[in-house]
Amino acid sequence: MTNLIEGKTGLWEVVIGLEVHAQIISESKLFSSSSTLFGSEPNTNVSFIDAGLPGVLPRPNKFCIEQAIKTGLALDGEINLVSYFDRKHYFYPDLPFGYQITQFYKPIMEHGKMLIELEDGTTKLIGITRLHVEQDAGKLLHEHHPNKSFVDLNRAGVGLMEIVSEPDIRSKLEAATYVNNLRVLLRSIGTCDGNMEEGSMRCDINISVRKPDEDYRTRVEVKNVNSIKFLQQAIDFEVEQQIATWENGGEVVQETKLFDPSSGKTFSLRKKEDSGGYRYVRDPDILPLMLDKSYVDEIREALPELPQDKKARFINDYSLSAYEATILTENVETSDFFEKSLSNAYGDIRNPKLVANWITTNLFALLNNSGLKISESKISPQQLGEMIDLIEEEVISSKIAKEVFDIMWSDDKFFGISPLEIVEVKGLKQITDTTEIAALVDKLCNENADKIEQIKAGKDKLLGWFVGQIMKETGGKANPEVVNSLLNKKISS
Amino acid sequence: MSLLNLSVKELADKLKSKEISSVELTTAYIESSNKADELNIYITKTFDLAMEQAKQSDTRRNKGEPLSDIDGIPLGIKDIFLTKGVKTTNASAFLKDFIAPYESTITQNLLNAGMVSLGKLNLDEFAMGSANLTSHFGPVINPWKLEDGKNRVPGGSSGGSSAAVAARAVPVALGTDTGGSIRQPASFCGLVGMKPTYGTCSRFGTIAFASSLDQAGVLSRNVVDNAMVLNHMAGYDEKDSSMIKFNKQDFLSKIGQSIKGVKIGLPKEYFSDQLSAEIKDYWTKIANALKEEGAEIIDISLPHTQYALAVYYMVAPSEAYSNLARFDGIRYGSRAEAKDLEDTYKQSRKQGWGEEVKRRILIGNYNLLTENFDKYVKAAKIRKLIANDFIDAFKKVDVILTPTTTSPAFAIDEQPSNPLEMYYNDLFTVTANLAGLPAISIPVGLSNNGLPIGMQLIGNYFKESDLYAYSYILEQKAQFSELSSFVKKHNLN
Repeated sequence: MTNLIEGKTGLWEVVIGLEVHAQIISESKLFSSSSTLFGSEPNTNVSFIDAGLPGVLPRPNKFCIEQAIKTGLALDGEINLVSYFDRKHYFYPDLPFGYQITQFYKPIMEHGKMLIELEDGTTKLIGITRLHVEQDAGKLLHEHHPNKSFVDLNRAGVGLMEIVSEPDIRSKLEAATYVNNLRVLLRSIGTCDGNMEEGSMRCDINISVRKPDEDYRTRVEVKNVNSIKFLQQAIDFEVEQQIATWENGGEVVQETKLFDPSSGKTFSLRKKEDSGGYRYVRDPDILPLMLDKSYVDEIREALPELPQDKKARFINDYSLSAYEATILTENVETSDFFEKSLSNAYGDIRNPKLVANWITTNLFALLNNSGLKISESKISPQQLGEMIDLIEEEVISSKIAKEVFDIMWSDDKFFGISPLEIVEVKGLKQITDTTEIAALVDKLCNENADKIEQIKAGKDKLLGWFVGQIMKETGGKANPEVVNSLLNKKISS
Repeated sequence: MSLLNLSVKELADKLKSKEISSVELTTAYIESSNKADELNIYITKTFDLAMEQAKQSDTRRNKGEPLSDIDGIPLGIKDIFLTKGVKTTNASAFLKDFIAPYESTITQNLLNAGMVSLGKLNLDEFAMGSANLTSHFGPVINPWKLEDGKNRVPGGSSGGSSAAVAARAVPVALGTDTGGSIRQPASFCGLVGMKPTYGTCSRFGTIAFASSLDQAGVLSRNVVDNAMVLNHMAGYDEKDSSMIKFNKQDFLSKIGQSIKGVKIGLPKEYFSDQLSAEIKDYWTKIANALKEEGAEIIDISLPHTQYALAVYYMVAPSEAYSNLARFDGIRYGSRAEAKDLEDTYKQSRKQGWGEEVKRRILIGNYNLLTENFDKYVKAAKIRKLIANDFIDAFKKVDVILTPTTTSPAFAIDEQPSNPLEMYYNDLFTVTANLAGLPAISIPVGLSNNGLPIGMQLIGNYFKESDLYAYSYILEQKAQFSELSSFVKKHNLN
């Protein structure tokens, strides 16, 4: 499929590479033991090390390194058994050392990849150039004083993984899918919470346009985009602008831009970034990061099933649609809920389509309305599974099931109670007893002989009225199939 | 006999036998320190604190609970070590009012051993200099004065420390050595100065000059005193992740052992054009004296020595450029009045530092430019070759004997006008820093005009105990017992 964009002078291709900054889930910072807790009072999670006092030395946090290795492996990358930390120099009040400790020359992971699904149902591999570990900066607060800014160093020194893609992305949708897949992956292995609105995952976009089959043209970098929606808006705006620039005889210049969510536009921050300006140099305070192969292998073996593998398994083993599988593997809690609902106490597998459908429609609706996460669901996977059994065994109809479902969710008296018990207590059992239903059908037909005649004369629609009356009479408990067959028999007799 | 005449070892014995008290001793040194005001050795005197510590020491002694063999012995601290609650200036306008909020590991170790801190000693600004002429608080005067009446330099950067010990203002002092900053001033002042193996003493809480070269050490009147104090400074510190976990040695353990059969190397490359004839004579004389004791003298070659200074001035200023980036006037230190943020950086750094510091920042800045980076990498490679020279040499010899400096202390008004010439002061000392090896300077005699001359012994990695043992023999053979003119003038003996 093609993503080419029609311009005045012909077709254009969009070329995108993404740099995703993902905050590492860890109790303490990358080089100090300060807390990483989000939302603390300003400057309460700041040690002498974080504040860059004279004489302090960074001490690498082994857990953060382990998290980065885990992520590198999950991205199917090669872990460098020797990597280094370098200093990237620039002055800004949120950067206490005057440099950021990062891995410029030799990152901890290279040559990763990420599979994304395209609109037409095919897939595409996006190359990941590198993953490196680095420090986050603090924050400047401008809102407390008319002409002064304040510095909050709580975030300074928190560990980040920078995940850099190859320029393999060709549209905003591919970009959005890539970032979403990455977020789902990082969440599933517990290395980043992916909360873009809290800034724990942020995105820099490198973007250019070119005529098909020609070399790359000059790129523009849009920094610090913090939602997938903004990501797409920024790409839209940049693509349009760059195509217009080229087509009007101008030239796109290399520059760094910021995206303004309120206007949906990007604006220039600085022209042409000279990486020589950063004076990169190996950090002499930190020894080379040397990893044992066996240590990396241990981490590899302990990796949980990754979302994409799980998704493929759901499609293959359970015959779910790609759509259902995607939703159910969005996070580990959902896929766990699904798989727990799926198997009964004897390890037998229930109808996957039915289970998937109940979760993605009914359960999600209730969760949405109450603002709860699936891990906080008031209905347990076990309850859902048993309810599915009742449907399959024709103890209740789907319609009654909906009622049972609502009772399990909202009636505190029945919290955690098995659906079978609810059905019994509430008398919701489906009537499949033919004689009982036949008696009702007979009675109804006798009382409405005129309507029977009309049906016989071809007014088929009235059949529905009969079914409805029976259901009303039985409180919805009559097995609809039995009702239909008995009615048909009666009419044709 | 004056208390000031006694070595640390003798003082320790008398404190132990309760012949003297720490209060008596401290009082005597406070008096002599005050006499030394004309030498400008102190930046901050902490005499009240010292008396307090001395009283506590005496209490411990009286209870029979001394913290160590050196409990109660006064100490002078180079003002590069952070000392909690006490001004720590690094001899810079930038930190002239900076009160350290935490204690360096080294000074904490010595406080834990019960030592009494007399105060913070002058040095070259940010330890950058070889003559103690760059201090914001003015030059330090060498206690060794000739009949020409000229003030001579005490060496640098630990010039306050060397002058203080030579003037008997303190019995022993701490220094740091990045390119010779302990050994060269020791040599200029007739003292023993030891720079241990890189990684022996924690760098945490010592303001960094060049992290991969900096190492703390001791300036003392004799070899035994030196080892006694280093015994309490050294040791693994988890706050310094560049340290190696190493079994702690007793640096006194081999003192008194014979030097018979020990192979001593004389590197031909150190017979340089810059070396003065009289120092060359001393070198031969000392080698012969050690031969008399049964040592074997072997001519060796350290072929890459000629590149050492060039490599040093690639590495040290580059690391300094980076290490000093945190001094931005935002969180601590002097902040200049300025019109905006960028101007704050510019003015604070412009007003906060003297010329030599700025020169080195500029050199480092230049070294790390993208277009010069291959040269920086080359320097790092040559640094390895220099270290390999030593590794090869130590396959043939046990220790290397060289002069410490090319000439004795020069007069302040005879300082070279070209900064590059000043850098030649480090010619014989930088190699040990580049290789990370332990090296010690021992006074061997006086020059024709009456100034002290030192010889340097360079040992293999973590062979400090052996190095002290050889130094002790050298000390015995050299029989250096001259006192500085300042000590004689003030009758401090």
